[in-house]
Amino acid sequence: MRRPMPRPTLRSRIPVGSPFQLLLLAASFALAGYAGVRLLADDWFGVAVWFVGAALLHDLVLLPLYALADRSVVQGLGATGRRDWAMYVRVPAALSGLLLLVWFPLISGMVDRRYRLGTGLSPEGFLARWLLITAVLFGASALLLALRLRRAAKQRPPAVH
Amino acid sequence: MTRSPSSPGFWRSPLRGPWLTSVLGVVLLGGITVLFVTGLVSYAAYNPNLAPVNDKTPDKGILGFYLFPWPTDPHWLYRLNQGVHVTLGITLIPVLLAKLWSVIPRLFALPPARSLAHALERISLLLLVGGALFEFVTGVLNIQLDYIFPGSFYTLHFYGAWVFFAAFIVHLVLKTPMALRNLRHLREEKDDLVSPRPDPPTVSRRGALWFVGGGSLLLFVTTVGQSFDGLLRRTALLAPHGGGDPGSGPNGFQINKTARYAGIDTAETAEDAWRLVVTGRTGTVRLSRAELARLPLHSAALPIACVEGWSTSDQWWRGVRLRDLAALVGYDDDPPDVLVESLQRRGAFRRAALRANQVADPRSLLALYVNGEDLSPDHGFPARIIVPAAPGVLNTKWVVRMTFGDL
Repeated sequence: MRRPMPRPTLRSRIPVGSPFQLLLLAASFALAGYAGVRLLADDWFGVAVWFVGAALLHDLVLLPLYALADRSVVQGLGATGRRDWAMYVRVPAALSGLLLLVWFPLISGMVDRRYRLGTGLSPEGFLARWLLITAVLFGASALLLALRLRRAAKQRPPAVH
Repeated sequence: MTRSPSSPGFWRSPLRGPWLTSVLGVVLLGGITVLFVTGLVSYAAYNPNLAPVNDKTPDKGILGFYLFPWPTDPHWLYRLNQGVHVTLGITLIPVLLAKLWSVIPRLFALPPARSLAHALERISLLLLVGGALFEFVTGVLNIQLDYIFPGSFYTLHFYGAWVFFAAFIVHLVLKTPMALRNLRHLREEKDDLVSPRPDPPTVSRRGALWFVGGGSLLLFVTTVGQSFDGLLRRTALLAPHGGGDPGSGPNGFQINKTARYAGIDTAETAEDAWRLVVTGRTGTVRLSRAELARLPLHSAALPIACVEGWSTSDQWWRGVRLRDLAALVGYDDDPPDVLVESLQRRGAFRRAALRANQVADPRSLLALYVNGEDLSPDHGFPARIIVPAAPGVLNTKWVVRMTFGDL
């Protein structure tokens, strides 16, 4: 009979963690597995790509892209000493981008044919409405900035020569 | 090394911290719970256990444990449920994006796992984040009729929701106590989300929350109008059924699928060609539209409410009661279930079943007229079903056959 090899270091190297958490996670994975085999039943590869791809695309593409865009706006404004204007650019740009992200199929016209045939409504106008909303957002932001600058100019004491 | 995202110094925003993440987390906890419940309720509204034709996820097994016969009261029940599900889902998108932004440093944190439980929790987070995005993306695409996802929307959105929910429960059990603690103690705790060398702020944390809330508000006000008629619908500037109505006059209200889309041939619906075939206990009855119009006619004011979240206000329908049609084929006092079949060539619900309680309701009609005129082809001429509180697709259009009896 062979005796099992003693493994003194393993336990200290990989701690197990909270038993409550482990039980909870086991139950969760079991439920996810039960639903998951049904989710993956027809086209497991396509669904897995969409499921994991959604997380990867968000975390590694969308988020870095908008973070970089934001940083370049802040740094660009900072270079001209106008760092505190960042929100006046950020807010309209983000809101406009958000609308584009959510309603991209309608705005881009990629579902035109099915939309017209299905609903009897005209697919034209989504792009125009998005552009107009974007114009209003940036216009309102410019107006607020102009008002702030005017107020600041009025409150500034007259220059002494 | 601050150039690597696994280094805390890489993340420079002064906004990140337990308070912001906790506020966003608590909003999502409430919001997503409502989304999950209204989603389950919507599935029940299809009466999937009644007949295979109503069930797009027949392998659901125990996931259908809560199903119940869908009621017909109040008549706006599905309209409210689905309006909340879709409008709230769209409104929560900025909150979800902000929440993911607020915790992104943890994705890159090293070591990858501190313990076995921590390693499993991170795998669970993939199901949580992947599941949330999967549900939001499939939902947003489906309401825009952009069916590019890999399979039937019903299957993906239903099972995907359960996979997500499994991870969501773990996340909220593990994190809610800490989030509530963070909110109660306004004093900021230091944790791994707080940048060790933050950039000077361009906006306060409160300002950032207003920013996220503003995004939600913008999506809300440009969407919610598609659940109402008239001027309010015009305010839904970017929603699929916002903007305006497809026509004017009595038949001008919103359409789910037009006659052309469904492949309806006008030759089949002409007076001399179309017959309604009603089958039941005592045999089969064939009725022309003129014969139907001579039966006792009744009125009901009922909305069209779609799974896609849009709805119309109550329309004034007129037609033959379903229970009167049941009586024609031998069910005088005990209206049974009915299988309704349409002329339409395509669509997942060419055939749909209604439960006995729906057939028995005096407002459930085989409608011939709407708002005082003949149904238009797009609204189901020669005859369509209209049932209080039923999802739009169960209000079968272009009806050609009705089979009463236990399904």
